[in-house]
Amino acid sequence: MNIFKKIIFSVLLSLLVVGNVNADKIRIGTEGAYPPWNSKDESGKLIGFEVELAWTLCRYIGQQCTIVEQDWDGMIPALIMRKFDAIMAGMSITAERQKAISFSQGYADEVASLAVMKGSNLEGLDTPAGINLTKPNAAAKKALKTLTSALAGKTVCVQTATIHQNFLDSGDVGKVNVRTYKTQDEVNLDLASGRCDAALAAAVAFSDYAEKSGKPVVLTGPTFSGGAFGNGVGVGIRKDDTELLKKFNAAIDKARKNGDISRIATKWFGFDASM
Amino acid sequence: MDFDLMINSFPKLLNATIVTLKLLSVSLIIGLFIGLFFAVLRLNKNIFINKFAYGYSYIFRGTPLLVQIFIIYFGLGQIESVRSSFLWVVLKEPYWCAIIAFALNTGAYTSEILRSAFQTIKPGIIEAGKSLGISKKEIFYKIQIPIAIRQSLPAYGNEIILMLKGTSLASTVTLMDLTGVAKYIISTTFKPIEVFIVAGGIYLFITFLIHNLIGFLEKKYNY
Repeated sequence: MNIFKKIIFSVLLSLLVVGNVNADKIRIGTEGAYPPWNSKDESGKLIGFEVELAWTLCRYIGQQCTIVEQDWDGMIPALIMRKFDAIMAGMSITAERQKAISFSQGYADEVASLAVMKGSNLEGLDTPAGINLTKPNAAAKKALKTLTSALAGKTVCVQTATIHQNFLDSGDVGKVNVRTYKTQDEVNLDLASGRCDAALAAAVAFSDYAEKSGKPVVLTGPTFSGGAFGNGVGVGIRKDDTELLKKFNAAIDKARKNGDISRIATKWFGFDASM
Repeated sequence: MDFDLMINSFPKLLNATIVTLKLLSVSLIIGLFIGLFFAVLRLNKNIFINKFAYGYSYIFRGTPLLVQIFIIYFGLGQIESVRSSFLWVVLKEPYWCAIIAFALNTGAYTSEILRSAFQTIKPGIIEAGKSLGISKKEIFYKIQIPIAIRQSLPAYGNEIILMLKGTSLASTVTLMDLTGVAKYIISTTFKPIEVFIVAGGIYLFITFLIHNLIGFLEKKYNY
């Protein structure tokens, strides 16, 4: 019996050691399906702005990291259930999400936009180039009115649980027929097939898709920021994990000062999306 | 546990159950006709007809329902000639894509259930009908089909329950069925356990009803 006990004991001990090694690592959850923020290359390796930024931030924190893949619609529940310790998945900081988790300071910002197929009658809407919804001015209000009448009865497609879905559900552009998808890929597919009259997502998500697929997807209407679209993209962290939050905030400060965020953002977005 | 959330989400989920039941009943009705049709083809002596029917059930029973939905919804939508044809009127709608996938899938299983039921009918019963001078057609419609349906009730009840759970895949093609609405509520509250428990409870209750209905029919048509 003794030898068995020894074996069991040593197995348990080794598990404990392995467990400790893992506990030292910061596990970062990302989606891997939202280029150029985060995606996968042909071999299935995670790539993108946030993947590269995550490694940089971990270097500044001075701790090892692993990047974990997680479906978008289960991202926040997975964080709360401790499947990983931080979210870096193009997740905008919104009041709604802050009820469930905390966010680091924003590291990048992007605008959202409607996209349609070339030749759609929603192309070339008479609106300003961009509107901010935090305190909408007269031009922004007028733009929302234009959109309300243009989108009435139309099917607009979005990825589920996103700021884009929140915006459409908020009623700011009236009653549109909102269709939700698990991934942005599926939104793009259905936009191209003609099932969607329009789609709403990060403007870069559409330009990235148009470039890679060669499909005539064009942006229309104003670009959106503020309000339902949140205040930039930050690292999502569990509310009780204040220690890690401090570490990330400090790391982002350093990375910003050294120009790392700008450099990585320009590399992946084609423009400086850092903030 | 957030019991308030469970109570608040219940009416929304009940509303979505109507979509689930609609998907289930429409696809079962269409699937039953498809299944009966292919079961009869399977019994045909002509080897080509027989193999064709076998091929259909082999393909649809041999591939996951999720893959079938994706091929019908996202796959066919990529083909230009499909998009410009009259088929697009139907295939454009996620609802009909889901119904087509579900009906073809349950049709394949139903055809197998009915075929085996037909084959268990003792030749003596058919011979008895023949010796009474009943026409072949009448024997088929009035003797073989009722017996086959009775024989297949337990297996078919199982198929209905499997199909009920299969309808949850409709949410992957943007339909707001019970699972779709549950996921939507989770996406705004970030509390999957509470919402899925309520949704699971509703599925369980529907299964309970189906189970009892089939049990009742089995007893009623016992012989």
